[in-house]
Amino acid sequence: MAAADVREQVLASANVLRWEIGDEVHDSLMESIFEEASRIAERVVSRQQGKGRLDLERTVDRIVTSRIFGFPLMLALLALVFWITIVGANVPSRMLASLLIDTVHPALKSLAAFAGAPPFLNGLLIDGAWLAMAWVVSVMLPPMAIFFPMFTLLEDLGYLPRVAFNMDSVYRRAGAHGKQALTMSMGFGCNAAGVIATRIIDSPRERLIAVITNNFSLCNGRWPTQILIATVFIGSAVPAHLAGLVSAAAVVGIAVLGIIFSLAVSWGLSRTVLRGEASVFSLELPPYRPPRILRTLYTSLIDRTIFVLWRAVVFAIPAGMVIWLVANLRIGNASIAERFITGADPLGLLFGLNGVILLAYIIAIPANEIVVPTILMLTVLTTGMTGVGAGAGVMFELDSTADIARVLQAGGWTTLTGICLMLFSLLHNPCSTTIYTIYKETRNARWTAVATFLPILLGFTICFLVAWIWRLSA
Amino acid sequence: MTSCNRCPARGAGNLVRLGIHPGTYDYLVALAGNPNTGKSTVFNAITGLRQHTGNWPGKTVTRAEGGFSYGGSKFKLVDLPGTYSLLSTSADEEVARDFLLFGQPDVTVIVVDATCLERNLNLVLQVFEITGRAVVCLNLIDEAQRHGLTVDSRTLSKELGVPVIPAAARQGIGIPELLKSVHDVATGEYICRPRHIRGGTKALARALEDLACRITAAFPGLPNARWVALRLLEGDQRMIDAVRTGELEGLAKAGAAAASRTPATGIPE
Repeated sequence: MAAADVREQVLASANVLRWEIGDEVHDSLMESIFEEASRIAERVVSRQQGKGRLDLERTVDRIVTSRIFGFPLMLALLALVFWITIVGANVPSRMLASLLIDTVHPALKSLAAFAGAPPFLNGLLIDGAWLAMAWVVSVMLPPMAIFFPMFTLLEDLGYLPRVAFNMDSVYRRAGAHGKQALTMSMGFGCNAAGVIATRIIDSPRERLIAVITNNFSLCNGRWPTQILIATVFIGSAVPAHLAGLVSAAAVVGIAVLGIIFSLAVSWGLSRTVLRGEASVFSLELPPYRPPRILRTLYTSLIDRTIFVLWRAVVFAIPAGMVIWLVANLRIGNASIAERFITGADPLGLLFGLNGVILLAYIIAIPANEIVVPTILMLTVLTTGMTGVGAGAGVMFELDSTADIARVLQAGGWTTLTGICLMLFSLLHNPCSTTIYTIYKETRNARWTAVATFLPILLGFTICFLVAWIWRLSA
Repeated sequence: MTSCNRCPARGAGNLVRLGIHPGTYDYLVALAGNPNTGKSTVFNAITGLRQHTGNWPGKTVTRAEGGFSYGGSKFKLVDLPGTYSLLSTSADEEVARDFLLFGQPDVTVIVVDATCLERNLNLVLQVFEITGRAVVCLNLIDEAQRHGLTVDSRTLSKELGVPVIPAAARQGIGIPELLKSVHDVATGEYICRPRHIRGGTKALARALEDLACRITAAFPGLPNARWVALRLLEGDQRMIDAVRTGELEGLAKAGAAAASRTPATGIPE
């Protein structure tokens, strides 16, 4: 008898036996496994009386996942983390800027002059690439070095599953999978990672919803933009002693708004193109584990801070060159940048933004991290400010948020511009890495396009509405 | 714990971490376990890699691979997604289940959480149905101690029929002993006699035995005929296809080869 026939016979007899024993195979098997496991566990585990740790943990869990205190505690914790970041990052930022921009940059310039480098190369490499990189490092490194270790500590402690637990019922009511709360939390670190994490969701429908809405979680690259703009525009609008607190609250507000958008869009999708019931799952609340502080500091610095910074630097160097080029290559009597900005300004103003921001977002598509440096450079260029820059397309030295405020206000920025930029930074297309990851995970160009253009459409709509209402009431 | 056990130099003479470049290897080791039991921590401790670890279930969704060398042999280590069982339909369980069967690991390390042993044993018993060449890593004993729980690892080892190594992977405690056990099981110096579940009702037991017999006849030397029978009785499409296309034949041949080199004496059974 051929081997294939023997194999078919095995399958046939399996089918017959399946009918004979009925469907209780699974249940009766699981039952005997459970019995066996519990019998063995009883033999080998002994419990010492009078240890109250489990009770303490349960009490803590009851509070952090309670209906009344759960959400306020979550928001308060988030606000505390941002407040420490905002207050703590200013001084080291200034020190880094004075080192990389005030000291190293002139040194490089005189070295280039000494070596007799052609002006074009000199501008492209030192005024473009080097300054862009120096800017990214001094603006981003300090907040990240403070924010990521704190976030990682919360993660190691076991707080994230509690967040997911709190959010689960809300997501279910939006027609999405409760585990989306976890992938959303991952997105707060990096959207590309969040998109990959959606693999824990079994149902393809719910997984797609989680993929499309992950971009509404503010990622690493966008936190520094939010924190900086909140400090400059929101913080400066209130008395100095409240500035840190109010800016932190504004950033929390944007993060919460992102969660609300992810819920609303999930709800919309699950009632239109991705219709269906939410599936059930069980979520284990892991025990709280005392974080190992040094190890956490090390891994969060290496895995997150340096990783994100490296990515930013890699993208900033070519972007710096592009900025220098668009600022120095001329068509007629104006540079490419000036022409674009003048042309796009009316459109930008319609959305509470301006031409500079639109150009910056085009240059910064590869990485959200370099949006703010690009904006500042382009602003100086178009306002023709003197005393802060060393010529067209040079990223200049700014030692503190006060200087940044001065530049932006000279560029015609108002509180409305700041608010709309924060909103637009939350609601725009994912970065190129995330778009690529979405395509890899969904293998579907149509859904990738939806995930890319839906947020930017929402962003323009919301900014337009906010600008319109703002101007009506002003 | 004595201070010797904590000393990082202990057993390190035998351990060479190979990171993600194991190259060719002598033995394949799978790392299985419930979610959030510290599999990735064990993985990092052994391979020297820095896979991100986090205190939440479902962090590892794909397979991570790394390598190490111990006692003169090279090992490739595969970190599987954490699962509560191997009998349901979700994607992560399928990854774990298929790797244990079709990947044919020489040793499977099952990481269990000492603070909730009973639930973790459910998975251990299910893994035994696929492969008996296993080592149980009884992780988080420090946490269990804080909760006033002690686990008698020697009795547990006798009950399960495989080595049980108490460990606190975050502190590196128990890792040298774990490596030694993995080495011993891989080389056949330790022969596992895993406990098998007595399958439910009499009708089921008979059906399983009957079908397993036919499967062994069709695929002589297949080491996990009972598991294949079980999956067929549950109507697992992946398994039906594997039988139909003859994919199991490869497993049977490899299984027969492994059986002939396993015993310490080197004499085929």
